[in-house]
Amino acid sequence: MSGAAAIEVRDLTVAYRDKPVLWDIDLTVPPGVLMAVVGPNGAGKTTFVKALLGLLPVSAGRIRFFDAPYEASRQQIAYVPQRGSVDWDFPTSVLDVVMMGRYGRLGWIRRPGKREREQARDALARVGMDAFAGRQIRQLSGGQQQRVFLARALVQDARVYLMDEPFQGVDAVTERAVIDLLRALRSEGRTLLVVHHDLQTVEEYFDRVMLLNVRRIASGPVEQAFTTDNLRLTYGGRIAFLRSANTADAADPAAP
Amino acid sequence: MEHLFSDYTLRMVALGSAVLGVVSGGLGTYAVLRGQSLLGDAISHAALPGVALAFLLTGSKTPLALMIGAALAGWLATLWILSVTETTRIKYDSMLALTLSVFFGAGLVLLTWIRQRAGASQAGLDTFLFGQASSLVWRDVVAMAIPGGGALALMLLFWKELKLLAFDPEYGRTLGLPMRRVDLLLTALLVVAIVIGLQTVGVVLMSAMIVAPAAAGRQWTDVLWKMVLLSAGFGAAGGVTGAMLSSLETGLPTGPLIVLCMGAIVAGSLFFAPNRGLLGQRLRRRRNAGRFQRETVLLDLYALGMQHADPLRPHPQGAVQAMRAKDLPVDRLLMRLNKEGLVRRAAGGWGLTDAGLRHAETLRKERQ
Repeated sequence: MSGAAAIEVRDLTVAYRDKPVLWDIDLTVPPGVLMAVVGPNGAGKTTFVKALLGLLPVSAGRIRFFDAPYEASRQQIAYVPQRGSVDWDFPTSVLDVVMMGRYGRLGWIRRPGKREREQARDALARVGMDAFAGRQIRQLSGGQQQRVFLARALVQDARVYLMDEPFQGVDAVTERAVIDLLRALRSEGRTLLVVHHDLQTVEEYFDRVMLLNVRRIASGPVEQAFTTDNLRLTYGGRIAFLRSANTADAADPAAP
Repeated sequence: MEHLFSDYTLRMVALGSAVLGVVSGGLGTYAVLRGQSLLGDAISHAALPGVALAFLLTGSKTPLALMIGAALAGWLATLWILSVTETTRIKYDSMLALTLSVFFGAGLVLLTWIRQRAGASQAGLDTFLFGQASSLVWRDVVAMAIPGGGALALMLLFWKELKLLAFDPEYGRTLGLPMRRVDLLLTALLVVAIVIGLQTVGVVLMSAMIVAPAAAGRQWTDVLWKMVLLSAGFGAAGGVTGAMLSSLETGLPTGPLIVLCMGAIVAGSLFFAPNRGLLGQRLRRRRNAGRFQRETVLLDLYALGMQHADPLRPHPQGAVQAMRAKDLPVDRLLMRLNKEGLVRRAAGGWGLTDAGLRHAETLRKERQ
């Protein structure tokens, strides 16, 4: 591996019609880190991830993975979309969904076979869902759906993982399982960029963070970037009492 | 002679509508799963001017020429819908309705004009409105089977890509699979499935052949390939029944009869399918309600026993009833539990059996 950044974003602007949703974003994600993307609703977090994946037209800017454009590094990038982005009533099984992670490597027409099934079972075991392989996906709970999506990304065996709200609406047990998995992936040298909504757990879970609200407010190691001032810039004044429990400057009850 | 003729007609009618039912049922599965049921309606209505123009240009009513005209018009309409919704603010459903009626209107104008200009020789074209299965001959069946079979073969070949398109197209794009091209392929297959049914079912009701079999099939299974098979089977069954009925009783157009048969199949599936069917749901709810009541009584008996540090100790029925509302039929529930071997009659009333004790203990663990 070279010293190139896992993800390198320069001057990224994404617009919806005339209105910029992301404005002039610069970001460098070194390899092997677990990085959160936080920001208020409508800040463009999902848009940012989708722009990185080439799912949205980019108005300006440059995105590179390990010093190569997205098209050339696609097989090294795995995506975990929001759980609500698909119809969980679709007639298919858990194992089938996980095997979809191999479709890209399989290429056109070739069917998934024994090898793909084994890989899918291994991935399901890693997320603690091996007993559910034959289940129909409509029988899953929210946390189980989330873990199926994680397993689907695992079988991609990627170097970079982009995840959109993997902790959204899951119970405490699943949250534990997910963060353990993310840490294990990091210790394997993989890079993870995770859209996250729970400010209380940012310091515990992540080693880097980007604060986003249309523009990049701050990014870097959590202890440097995740400051009250930066949070206030990102969220507006409301944030002060949200953090009052665990920050030194909590004695500011005058928050509007 | 008369008998032989009608036999041949019936055979062709059955064969043709079976082919069409299998193809439209199979491919309709994807349209229904993707929430694109109305696209089929737009394509079939849009095909009418294609049929009329093909007749005007070639002057013949050979099925192949008319089908190609219909397919081109349906395909054009789809592209038009897709490109307008992508580039303007007009919504998808508005665009469907608009395209459907504009193309259909154009088709009606052309048909009227042909009728006035060419006189009786165009009689065949009017059947494209509501369908006429009894006019099917061998070359029609062949003209339906070849493109229809080809469409089904392509569906099987691109099974994995189509499944991904229907379930999670955006994820498919991140895998590097060209989902847009897969989408166009599916649309093309849908156009084929619709076009081959126009002569038999007619443009007005053809979309039911796409939607109804899949909607019925969905009720019976949660496995995609089973749903495709069932849907194809339902399509064939409804198609053949309706077409036979219309051929026996002359004068009744085929399309409406087929649609009525499909409607009956859908209604039956909505009602009787084991898991999703209304009947099954109601039965299951009642069964569960009874089971929950019995479990309550079992746990009550256990709790009463535990008050004496002996879970197996019998208690009178009145003591159990006193723990619950008056209208809970404790006597019936105890009888039923007795039959299941979970409680037994004893000197002091009712007591748990060993099996009943084990069951109560598992329940306590599960429910806490």
